[in-house]
Amino acid sequence: MDVPRTMQIQEISAHPGPVPGRGTQRAVQVCKYIDVTTCIGCKACEVACVEWNDHPFRETTFDDTYQTMPSTEWNYWNLIRFAELERDNSFMWLMRKDQCMHCEDPGCLRACPADGAIIKYENGIVDFQQDNCIGCGYCISGCPFDIPKFNPQTKKVFKCTLCSDRVGQGLEPACIKACPTGCLHFGTKDEMVQIAHSRAHQLKTQSGFANAGVYDPPSIGGTHVIYVLHDITQPELYGGLPANPVIPPSYTYWKWLAKPAGLVAAALGILAVFFHRITYGPKLPESEAEAVVTEHPDEVDAGRKEKP
Amino acid sequence: MSGSAERFDEKARAAFARHGRTLIRRGELLRHPVYTRVLHWTVAIFFVLALISGFALYSPWLYRWFTPLFGGGPMTRFLHPWFSLGFTIAFAFQFVNWLRPMRWTPNDSRWMKRLKAYITNADKAEPRETGFFNAGQKIYFWLLVFGTVFLLITGLLMWFDNLTPRWSVAISYVVHDIAALALLAGFIIHIYESTAQQPGTFRSMIDGTVTNDWARTHHPAWYEEVTGRDRDRDDRGT
Repeated sequence: MDVPRTMQIQEISAHPGPVPGRGTQRAVQVCKYIDVTTCIGCKACEVACVEWNDHPFRETTFDDTYQTMPSTEWNYWNLIRFAELERDNSFMWLMRKDQCMHCEDPGCLRACPADGAIIKYENGIVDFQQDNCIGCGYCISGCPFDIPKFNPQTKKVFKCTLCSDRVGQGLEPACIKACPTGCLHFGTKDEMVQIAHSRAHQLKTQSGFANAGVYDPPSIGGTHVIYVLHDITQPELYGGLPANPVIPPSYTYWKWLAKPAGLVAAALGILAVFFHRITYGPKLPESEAEAVVTEHPDEVDAGRKEKP
Repeated sequence: MSGSAERFDEKARAAFARHGRTLIRRGELLRHPVYTRVLHWTVAIFFVLALISGFALYSPWLYRWFTPLFGGGPMTRFLHPWFSLGFTIAFAFQFVNWLRPMRWTPNDSRWMKRLKAYITNADKAEPRETGFFNAGQKIYFWLLVFGTVFLLITGLLMWFDNLTPRWSVAISYVVHDIAALALLAGFIIHIYESTAQQPGTFRSMIDGTVTNDWARTHHPAWYEEVTGRDRDRDDRGT
């Protein structure tokens, strides 16, 4: 199969066995780097995402902030979260672009029970394959960032694709293209991490943000969407960004250790009852039992010769 | 148990007895009437459907084997909660129907002490006090009762997991598994005991009858209560 270079599959949800074709190509990890400190909250990225993916226009809600709506939706994958912060007798808007973080260790993929419904490419993009999705919603509870959203009509789940269709053709994601301030960057993970750290350093030394840092949480192996925040010690201020995102152990230890152990135990149990029957025989009703002359023929004297 | 539940149960039994019939030959006893048989197999069919559709989603190793039985992944996911609901409702009726004979007595605690002898078939027959259901059967019944409660609660939380809190879904994921595995273990033993291990048992749930001998051997106290005869001193072969 002729697969575009960067779109080789690395992981498949609920797939018994290895990913065919794994490791055949050099992996180029992509990354979206979002500099929260230079975002002006214009929402060109929200519009670009809607336009590229042909999402229907949605009604916005007004909650006394500039936030378009309370959360991402099954057909609205990108949202600028507004938070107001009082700091040093002054006032700041924290505006964080919220979308799928494309985790290196994706909780959605770990939780998914359907073969091939969620895949991760070698380049790090995590993509839902709705054709294989069964609509169970486990990915919703597996995601530490509350990103996957369910469509009750079609019973499928959706999220940001990191424009896998554009990236596969060598283009940058739509949001990156639309950003007017250049606070959104796209490139290899190594490059993006490097410039993110130099930006954080600049904030610390020149702009008085002593706690500035890069958000690339190691608790899930890092993410392919990274932020530079004014204050890396309080990510929750930025519209509920989790400080220590973890996948619930239900979808790690339980799913991959206890469940197979349960299957093995069930198989052993079925074998056990079979071997019980051939070892101990049945419990016969009394009248049938009276036809039995001996129960332990194996104990008969071994030296006794059989009659010819 | 509440009086109205008992009255309903009696009315149901009578209604089913009017419509169905049980053929009892000479030397046989009525074991399970029409109502019990209908309830049991309704529960059993829903249980097996819920079990297989559930295990399709339980493990990636079973997913490809079992989902085709139900018409694919999405259909399996759709049907599983409905099978389970059917099971729960049917089992609720069976709970009311069997609550009294399933009560735990001191005889049952004594029976448990002889479990090893039971498993190794060391005895020719059950102890004289063993009634309509032995302790093992009662354990399976109560395992089902409590298992069903846990399965229902966690199942509902997961069925609507686009609405329920994510932490509750993650916990339900584990508890649902544990309850299902416990029920599977009981189910394996239940099938075994009622078919290969104790000949003459399976027909009790198909035709509703058992032989006097079977009753005398496996449930002597019930035999004596129903026939008024002493299980040790009667003619054999009847």
